Amino acid sequence: MALDSKIPNGPIADKWTNYKDHINLVNPANKRNLDIIVVGTGLAGGSAAATLAELGYNVKAFCFQDSPRRAHSIAAQGGINAAKNYKGDGDSVYRLFYDTVKGGDYRAREANVHRLAEVSANIIDQCVAQGVPLAREYGGLLDNRSFGGTLVSRTFYAQGQTGQQLLLGAYSAMNRQIGRGKIKMYNRHEMLELVVVDGKARGIIARNLITGEIERHSAHAVVIGSGGYGNVFFLSTNAMGSNATAAWKIHKKGAFFANPCYTQIHPTCIPVSGDHQSKLTLMSESLRNDGRIWVPAKLEDAQAIREGRKKATDIAEADRDYFLERRYPAFGNLVPRDVASRAAKERCDAGFGVNKTGEAVYLDFAAAIERYGKEAAHVKGLNENDKTLVTKLGTDIVKSKYGNLFQMYLKIVDEDPYVTPMMIYPAVHYTMGGTWVDYNLMTTIPGCFSIGESNFSDHGANRLGASALMQGLADGYFVLPYTIGDYLAPDIKMGPISTDLPEFVEAEKSVKDLINNFISNNGTHSVDYFHKKLGKIMWNKVGMARNAKGLAEAMEEIAALREEFYKDVKVPGSANEFNQELEKAIRVADFLELGELFAKDALHRNESCGGHFREEYQTEEGEALRDDDNFAYVAAWEYKGKPSDAVLHKEPLNYENIKLVQRSYK
Amino acid sequence: MKLTLKIWRQKNAQDKGGIVDYPIDGIEPDMSFLEMLDVLNEQLINKGEEPVAFDHDCREGICGMCSLFINGEAHGPDRGVTTCQLHMRMFKDGDTIFIEPFRAKAFPVIKDLVVDRSSFDRIQHAGGFISVNTSGNTIDANTIPVPKVDADKSFDAAACIGCGACVATCKNSSAMLFVGAKVSQYALLPQGKVEATERVLNMVHQMDLEGFGNCTNTGACEVECPKGISLENIARMNREYLAASLKG
Repeated sequence: MALDSKIPNGPIADKWTNYKDHINLVNPANKRNLDIIVVGTGLAGGSAAATLAELGYNVKAFCFQDSPRRAHSIAAQGGINAAKNYKGDGDSVYRLFYDTVKGGDYRAREANVHRLAEVSANIIDQCVAQGVPLAREYGGLLDNRSFGGTLVSRTFYAQGQTGQQLLLGAYSAMNRQIGRGKIKMYNRHEMLELVVVDGKARGIIARNLITGEIERHSAHAVVIGSGGYGNVFFLSTNAMGSNATAAWKIHKKGAFFANPCYTQIHPTCIPVSGDHQSKLTLMSESLRNDGRIWVPAKLEDAQAIREGRKKATDIAEADRDYFLERRYPAFGNLVPRDVASRAAKERCDAGFGVNKTGEAVYLDFAAAIERYGKEAAHVKGLNENDKTLVTKLGTDIVKSKYGNLFQMYLKIVDEDPYVTPMMIYPAVHYTMGGTWVDYNLMTTIPGCFSIGESNFSDHGANRLGASALMQGLADGYFVLPYTIGDYLAPDIKMGPISTDLPEFVEAEKSVKDLINNFISNNGTHSVDYFHKKLGKIMWNKVGMARNAKGLAEAMEEIAALREEFYKDVKVPGSANEFNQELEKAIRVADFLELGELFAKDALHRNESCGGHFREEYQTEEGEALRDDDNFAYVAAWEYKGKPSDAVLHKEPLNYENIKLVQRSYK
Repeated sequence: MKLTLKIWRQKNAQDKGGIVDYPIDGIEPDMSFLEMLDVLNEQLINKGEEPVAFDHDCREGICGMCSLFINGEAHGPDRGVTTCQLHMRMFKDGDTIFIEPFRAKAFPVIKDLVVDRSSFDRIQHAGGFISVNTSGNTIDANTIPVPKVDADKSFDAAACIGCGACVATCKNSSAMLFVGAKVSQYALLPQGKVEATERVLNMVHQMDLEGFGNCTNTGACEVECPKGISLENIARMNREYLAASLKG
């Protein structure tokens, strides 16, 4: 099967407008005859469900949480990008497009990224109209801040809770439609299979997580907005329930899975403290606006800190190595995430790490506190040389910017980051790979769409900060509602789809068989036992730096672990009740397949780019070394029974507007 | 640390339920409260017993999924945190810890420590929104300036995570802090003023239908709220409600 990305012709700046003007529309009366299933209620799924219902379609929305408002988009902290140029600092749609393609290390699809940049400004207008309380300046207008990988201030925010506020905005739009009866909401439901009839997606099989009942739901189209697969690493900044099951089930039914190896390791997370750890907590990238990252310049100082003989504040300014500022003078602490993460790992691997495990660097706010404090003292006409006063004034300002993050850090680590520098280390955060989609956001299964983090399209090999929220909402509010109409137009006279079709019966049976196997397995180890083992393999061999030998080993180890899992996993309780262990077992089974494909993809990609770093392919200075002649393509994998047998399909990436160059942030 | 856990076990909504004792050892002060329960559940599974069901998701204090009444306090003894952010360093070696579900007529127990909070969703279906279509064809976001003070207060109200600690801790099981925060978020913004009358009447009506109690101004909700939602929001809702009733 040849991949057709369906990118419209014409100049890049006109593609989306021209395309919208010429696609098929469904008239309002006919929309009432069409059903759409949306799986996931984060920024992408929530905004899509609300908009599709507003347009008149009958929407059924599903989430595994107890309310759509709890989807993990809620935890996004820093902000959302938009090419508004409110600051007059030279921003434009083209610059946002360019920064995103460059930030993605030239592995994203140009046409999709340009469309994203075009609709970005609308998102802010929309959210403000919905009552999302974004941060404002004293004049009453919206405030901005800077994020990594850019030279302009284009990030809108709501303290450190931007994702929460934007999700509550999408949730409020959903509430309006739920109240009108246009969205039927299924909380505490998990999609466990896609139903394909005559080659088209026509429904899903879902499990009611409270009663355990297996339900059939039909629709004219199915939209997957179920997020990323970072939890394949067990430890990540994802929520405990974040899973790849919906995305993986459609993959097994024929949707190609693209670029699984592009995974973002976020540089600023709270380091691992012990084996009991269940998840990792992000400290927003926005902290790099004001925080300076460093390690001791001398090995003996680093060792003294690790052994508790010295503290960060004992190290003189001259003995500190601000390694990002040293290596990347132009972008300094605001280099993109992949670059910052690798630089931290490089220092820690060289023995300069600063916590017990040797895997942590400092993020220091002392300079910012002093700078802000002096400015505040000056404005108030007070003594700028009074150190105590300046520290107090500066601390207040830092608190107003990042208060909730500092409090979160204090509660977890039990150290006050206003006084001693934070300790941070990279952790798995976001997955750029995902289901392959064409320009319409449709997968290789007709009628099955994939939006937000669950698709692969806009971030290439590395996502810039504050771009995930932008993409989720762009897909859900402004892209899918157009493109899905074009697909549904021929179906207007079809009428409701029966759930008694043999395809539904068969799909339901396969789900029930899977569940019964787990319940009657009577193994010896819990689901977490296997999940943690998988996570260790992934982190050690498919993590921040990868090589061919380790990746080949990882594939074998994961396949063996998967076999052991099916033989020996123990799932207590029964199928027909609220059973959290059963939920986990089904999710981990899918991670055990996805992890192997992930390693296979990383092994085949003989280059380094963005979040994919192969030790064999680096420049003399240790930067990622791309191979554009051989790897400027999307790797889309077709399921063939076992992950190791997956078949590769290539979508060439043609850069017509941006010249491919070695990425430089120096 | 060595602890005695006294945990509410209830098979399903119909079951009567009761407290069961679980001794546990080897707990480290750096563990979060939920990681301590993970350790317990791992032990129970290995012994062939059923693990304790509890709600949780983000484990960083923002999704609002975790709950738990710990030693008689919603989200436990620490202030300004959810249960997932509560750490075992708040307890002492040898402590006995009571762990119960959030209790309210409008939050029926599903299993063990898991409760059904969909009543909160239904209150928001009744009016927790601004009726604007998501077409993107709205006015430029900077067309209407919003005074920073109002925007900040609106944000403070909007920071509510919908966990239900206010209801669980209130002797009347009142949801006034939750509903007050939602009403306030929109009432403070120019965009929300157009529908203000209908919104407050509809949301309060639904709140009453769900079986939440009334507010008697004890203020326990504000103390236990992990996000520091202020009682001012209840006062603002009462003013909005009174004005709306007079108009209506």
